[in-house]
Amino acid sequence: MSGILDIDHLTVTLAGEDRPKPVLSDVSMSIAEGEAVGLVGESGSGKSMTVRSIIRLLPPGARMEGNIRVRGVDLGTLRGAALRKMRAEMPVIFQDPRAHINPVRSVGDFLTEALRIHRRMSRAAAEDRAADVLDEVGVSEARRRLRQYPHELSGGLLQRVMIASALLAEPRLLLADEPTTALDVTTQAEVMAVMDELRRERGLAMLFITHDLELAAAICDRTAVMYAGRVMEVRASASLLERPLHPYTAALATARPSIERKVDRLTTIPGRPLSAFEAPDGCAFNTRCAHVRESCREQRPELRTLLDGQVACVRVEELQAVSHD
Amino acid sequence: MTATSVVRARAGARAGRGGLGPLGVTAATVIAVAVVLAAIGPELASADPNASDFAHAYGPPTPGHPLGYDSQGRDLLARLLTGARTSLLGPLWVVALGMTAGTAIAVVAAWRGGWLDSMVSSVLEVMFSFPGVLLAMLVAAVFGPGLTSAVFALAVAYIPYIARLVRSAAVAERHKPYIQALEVQGLGAFTICLRHLVPNLLPLLAAQATLFFGYAMVDLAIVSFFGLGVQPPDADWGVMVASGQSGVLQGYPAESLLAGGCIVLLVVAFNVLGERLSDGRRVHRPWRLFRRGGTA
Amino acid sequence: MTEAILEVEGLHKTFKGAVAVADVSFSLRPGAALAVVGESGSGKTTVARMIVGLERPTAGRITACGHDRSHPPRSVRERRRRGGEIQIVFQDPYSSLDPRQSPATAVDEILRLHTRLDAAGRRRRVAELADLVGLDERQMNVLPSELSGGQRQRVAIARALAAEPQILILDESVAALDVSIQAQVLNVLAGVRERTGVAYLFISHDLAVVRQVADEIVVMRGGSIVERGPTAQVLDNPRHPYTRLLRTSVPGPGWRPARRATRKETQ
Ligand SMILES: Nc1ncnc2c1ncn2[C@@H]1O[C@H](COP(=O)(O)OP(=O)(O)O)[C@@H](O)[C@H]1O
Ligand SMILES: Nc1ncnc2c1ncn2[C@@H]1O[C@H](COP(=O)(O)OP(=O)(O)O)[C@@H](O)[C@H]1O
Ligand SMILES: [Mg+2]
Ligand SMILES: [Mg+2]
Repeated sequence: MSGILDIDHLTVTLAGEDRPKPVLSDVSMSIAEGEAVGLVGESGSGKSMTVRSIIRLLPPGARMEGNIRVRGVDLGTLRGAALRKMRAEMPVIFQDPRAHINPVRSVGDFLTEALRIHRRMSRAAAEDRAADVLDEVGVSEARRRLRQYPHELSGGLLQRVMIASALLAEPRLLLADEPTTALDVTTQAEVMAVMDELRRERGLAMLFITHDLELAAAICDRTAVMYAGRVMEVRASASLLERPLHPYTAALATARPSIERKVDRLTTIPGRPLSAFEAPDGCAFNTRCAHVRESCREQRPELRTLLDGQVACVRVEELQAVSHD
Repeated sequence: MTATSVVRARAGARAGRGGLGPLGVTAATVIAVAVVLAAIGPELASADPNASDFAHAYGPPTPGHPLGYDSQGRDLLARLLTGARTSLLGPLWVVALGMTAGTAIAVVAAWRGGWLDSMVSSVLEVMFSFPGVLLAMLVAAVFGPGLTSAVFALAVAYIPYIARLVRSAAVAERHKPYIQALEVQGLGAFTICLRHLVPNLLPLLAAQATLFFGYAMVDLAIVSFFGLGVQPPDADWGVMVASGQSGVLQGYPAESLLAGGCIVLLVVAFNVLGERLSDGRRVHRPWRLFRRGGTA
Repeated sequence: MTEAILEVEGLHKTFKGAVAVADVSFSLRPGAALAVVGESGSGKTTVARMIVGLERPTAGRITACGHDRSHPPRSVRERRRRGGEIQIVFQDPYSSLDPRQSPATAVDEILRLHTRLDAAGRRRRVAELADLVGLDERQMNVLPSELSGGQRQRVAIARALAAEPQILILDESVAALDVSIQAQVLNVLAGVRERTGVAYLFISHDLAVVRQVADEIVVMRGGSIVERGPTAQVLDNPRHPYTRLLRTSVPGPGWRPARRATRKETQ
């Protein structure tokens, strides 16, 4: 089975200060054409590193094992122009648009540059095209925006400019790394609406990274939960929220306060989230898990198929049986 | 099936923060040796640095006098060793006075902000237009030449440079939440500055002091060269460069070269060390500016 | 007649002509928890900074524990007294602590300022405060650089509580924390309120967190209060259109982002 994106046993190790520092450990996942997959996890779990591995923009000295295929093409075999072309077809929308846009160049220059250089469009044609897309992403007065500079736009507007720029590349796959984390909830809702709608209209596949389980579940077909550089669970979004299988997913869902009702105390996870290089032997979550057994410390659980997805926990069946009594 | 690839790139050129690198360590060693010589040099010298023996004027090295003699037949090694003390003590005073006054002014301006800050900035702006050496010469002309007036004049001349650097760091520090939390606690401004703000600027201050030490050495040497700093017959490297001049013309460049070499070596060492110390310290984050303005 | 320990009346603040806070009034009862919610730039932080005296109100009155604090303190004693009434915990755990001071030293410094305890008494009190926020002895004696964000935020809370203030202002204090850490700190806050009776002015943009912490809510927008009331009422039956928008923007089961609002984006 080959989707638009297939990640197979991806392990990434950075050149640490004194010894190698693993940041991703045996990550596998795939995205089908037109499918939106959420990637959720606490900070340091390796979400951004996954994106950076896909676009092959890892820090110097990083070591990458496993392979990543985009529509069947192994990215590891691409060099130079072919790699740049592949990157252009997988635009990334980042959390902080201001860090990824040249502050001294106008929005118009930013949006039309690729069109004029790679597609040899005239300036006028490129601006028409950019204005159309700005309009599509819900930016009013698109023509005037083209003359403005990044600092004149609010965070929400600038993020829409980034989405417009991604769409101008006419991608098949959109990578979004916490695109709304820095925005207000109301702005987040608007930006998400734009992304969701355009994605569906154009049948784009998307890898959507967030730390908000409910946000991911709301807009993605499937959601993957990461912890310490590993995938703990991948499921259809609705059932992941309704009936999480992995103890980490369940704990994450209950640790988050509900907007519907107040509880006396939140159910917490002891300790703090770990990164891959701090993970213990066996299951990475075994230092914080309420259901830990000796076997969890001995062998690392494989990601195995169960119900409508995959989960990496040896005690799932047992725990599910108990919770259904 | 499994492909392995390594993203190739130059390994970190120098070990991150903390590490000085080989050049930095060399510089620190040179400085340490100079400091030791300044401390015990005069006792080390076997000959009297001021005893002249015209029979040996411009004399070549002889046993017991490994560097030879100057124009008045004084032992060059003894003069270099004795001169080390003055040549290092002078800049030390300049830096100590300049850093203390500059930091105090900067911290007060940064703390109070508002009109006081603007006024201090304007005054410093005016002071910038006086070159340090010129100011030192002016002071020497008025109060009479000598190391003391040169040191004071240079210290004053350095204040604006030091104050400007420290001020921007102090402003950033002053608005950090931990300082504001202490303000809310009811701690006095003086206590907060002395116990928290200034100590957190120390790495920056140390780096700046090292750099300015190098500048002060050159400037004091220039002033002494023109006869307005250390007065002959006291040994000082700047004075030695000057008094060796006539020898240079007559084909005996040893005195000027040796003293000048010492100055250059130490100045370079102080500069290297200062640069290394300030590496990674002054992380001003310019993009903060954009972020603030953007949401307006 | 007024039983409030914090009373804010007609507060205004302009920055070089730009209005940041306009006519804000509210009061806080002893031991209560009042949330101030609103989008970024709505003036929440400015209100907090005026209350603790880091910013001077352009107009309006602030009364805390029966003392006026609309003007800068006139004496060292008054400044210290104010410190003992209201404390604040900021958002960023990484810059909230002096990097050169261990948590124990930081708390001790505050105890020296506000109490007459001797060294042994202070040591006991530091241990009590550490226990209150859930830090162990090792964590109290290392430099902040060795602590995680959640641990640092607990230190900031312990330090703020050292003076036994009647009011604790929390300005987005849990916003920067990971979900699992945020839950721990929220539980610490619930425990602290039960054990000390301190009142919270809880500033947040996160309605789910607010539901967990606050009894009452004021909603700010563009520097003014647009709605206020008990938490359950404001969250379950929001009346102002902006509060409704806020409420419907929060993702949850069955949530779909609404494009409709998009076209109305101002600016
Ligand atoms: N440039 C880098 N150099 C060294 N370590 C890094 C770098 N970027 C990220 N890391 C480490 O990699 C791990 C995963 O980081 P990241 O993918 O950014 O996590 P997430 O996006 O899930 O918060 C973390 O432990 C982080 O400290
Ligand atoms: N020191 C300041 N100088 C100028 N404008 C400021 C300053 N502090 C805040 N503002 C402005 O005041 C408004 C309210 O800001 P703030 O109180 O920080 O809002 P919030 O905390 O709700 O995000 C914003 O428009 C902000 O840009
Ligand atoms: Mg990330
Ligand atoms: Mg704020």
